Amino acid sequence: MTLATATKSRRSAKSGPPRKPVDHGAWFLVLPALIPILVLSVGPLLYGIALSFTDAQSGRTEPTQWIGLLNFQDLLHDTLFWDSFRIGLLWAVGVTVPQFFLALGLALLLNQNLRFRWLARALAIIPWAMPEVVVGIMWRLVYHPDAGVLNETLSNLGLGEGRDWLTGTATALFAVIVVGIWAGMPQTTVALLAGLQNTPKELHEAAAMDGAGAWRRFRTVTWPAIKPVALAISALNFIWNFNSFALVYVLTQGGPGGRTRLPMLFAYEEAFRYGQFGYAAAMGCVMVAVISVILAFYLVGRLKGGDAS
Amino acid sequence: MRTRKSARAAQYVALLAYLVFLAFPFLWLISTAFKPAKELGSLDPTWIPKDPTLQNFRQAFDEQPLLQAGLNSLLVALSAALVAVVIATPMAYVMARHQSRLSKAATGWVVVSQAFPFVLIIIPLFLILKNLHLINALPGLVLVYVVWSLPFALWMLVGYVRAVPAELEEAAAVDGAGRMRTFVSVVAPLLAPGVVATAMFAFITAWNEFFFALVLLKTPEKQTLPVILNRFIGTEGVADLGPLAAAAFLATIPSLVIFSIIQKRITGGMLAGAVKS
Repeated sequence: MTLATATKSRRSAKSGPPRKPVDHGAWFLVLPALIPILVLSVGPLLYGIALSFTDAQSGRTEPTQWIGLLNFQDLLHDTLFWDSFRIGLLWAVGVTVPQFFLALGLALLLNQNLRFRWLARALAIIPWAMPEVVVGIMWRLVYHPDAGVLNETLSNLGLGEGRDWLTGTATALFAVIVVGIWAGMPQTTVALLAGLQNTPKELHEAAAMDGAGAWRRFRTVTWPAIKPVALAISALNFIWNFNSFALVYVLTQGGPGGRTRLPMLFAYEEAFRYGQFGYAAAMGCVMVAVISVILAFYLVGRLKGGDAS
Repeated sequence: MRTRKSARAAQYVALLAYLVFLAFPFLWLISTAFKPAKELGSLDPTWIPKDPTLQNFRQAFDEQPLLQAGLNSLLVALSAALVAVVIATPMAYVMARHQSRLSKAATGWVVVSQAFPFVLIIIPLFLILKNLHLINALPGLVLVYVVWSLPFALWMLVGYVRAVPAELEEAAAVDGAGRMRTFVSVVAPLLAPGVVATAMFAFITAWNEFFFALVLLKTPEKQTLPVILNRFIGTEGVADLGPLAAAAFLATIPSLVIFSIIQKRITGGMLAGAVKS
């Protein structure tokens, strides 16, 4: 196998004999990163999955025991967890979908020859560079019922009295979703812009010559070119959003009354406030499983749809 | 012709709307940071402080151990960035140059590692680090950050290695240089800018990180800036807005400065990654 791959690789042309030492060299280069990955990433992950089948708790003196699927059975009947799961899905879709369209719009604009484009590019990056905690604090200031700019602007425009955006049960989830959209704009925009810049210019010009309008040119030239990037970034965004923690933790701590308690916040409390390590690990497993299934359907559906059209 | 002009106008209006949406929260943060307590208490807040003050900054340093937290953050982020690129660069080199099963497995891992919720990683890590007596210790957090930043670091670095022509290495090999020699004296210098950009990105990632720090650091003298900032908000959510805004503003400056330096390279790196995949 090693021989086969070595002959296939493009370096094979250069050195015939010293093949073995070359492989040793490769291991020497790889190990410094591979060991930490195995010990602190792959290992803990498997350990974490194993923990979900145990009754592990923090600070307990008795030995941890295997309890089979008991955690998962409990989880099945834990309505609080499924409420949180539903909120997590609402949040993930509510952030990912509008963010995709907003970012696509911005990317299309930034791809045009507009003045002030540099300013927009510079500003578009700001949310990316900021610590999530600061983003949370910043939006708390924006949403602040008295000292916040949002209520002030609304009342100046005569759009009614101020609200307690983050603590009102009706508005809290919506308010954090807006922050989520804002915070993730840069990554999505940059990825889509990268895709746009790979679109063949000639095709565009040819389509314009044939009298295709802006929408048709987008449908037939631009979209096919950026589709792989668009699929990848929206799938990644969905995963990242579903697993996100810091932003909402800082904004609402999951309140009011659990209205913004994302699954990660729920699992965090279960593990590090109540010390239920095994149970929290089981939650993590369920999250991965459900997300994988949803993504598989999404990606398969999208790719098939692409073939048909 | 007229439709084109109106289309242009619409584009500018849209661009302006984006600019406002993206910039206004940050401007409001800055505005709040410089407002005296009296103005913050008024029911009619303004964009530009009538009576700008630095009092909030002084108060922020008095109320919370910001200096210590800043030093902790700096130490952790620098160490994590340094270790991450030192161990990731050789591996990225192998991944980029050899289509072996190992590189495939590593690439697969980079993708898969994105999908797992942190809670599944943090509980075992917590237990492992506890056994090593690295809970509430900065080296423990550095370890976690190194591993956590490896996927993206590897991804960026593989792109940069691919940009170095393989013919150069073949020439060096013809001249009798070994693998190590080739890497150190031919590849490394050409890679240097990419490695620096990757290190800076790893630095920002660690500087900004909150969740692992929240779980692993218990006492205020060990905590990093994001955790201390979160303490500002307090349990009831009633914060001194001025000092809170001032501290948040200060904590953002290093990330913003570094990010503006590497912005082109990051977007370039993403572009390279997008083309490859």
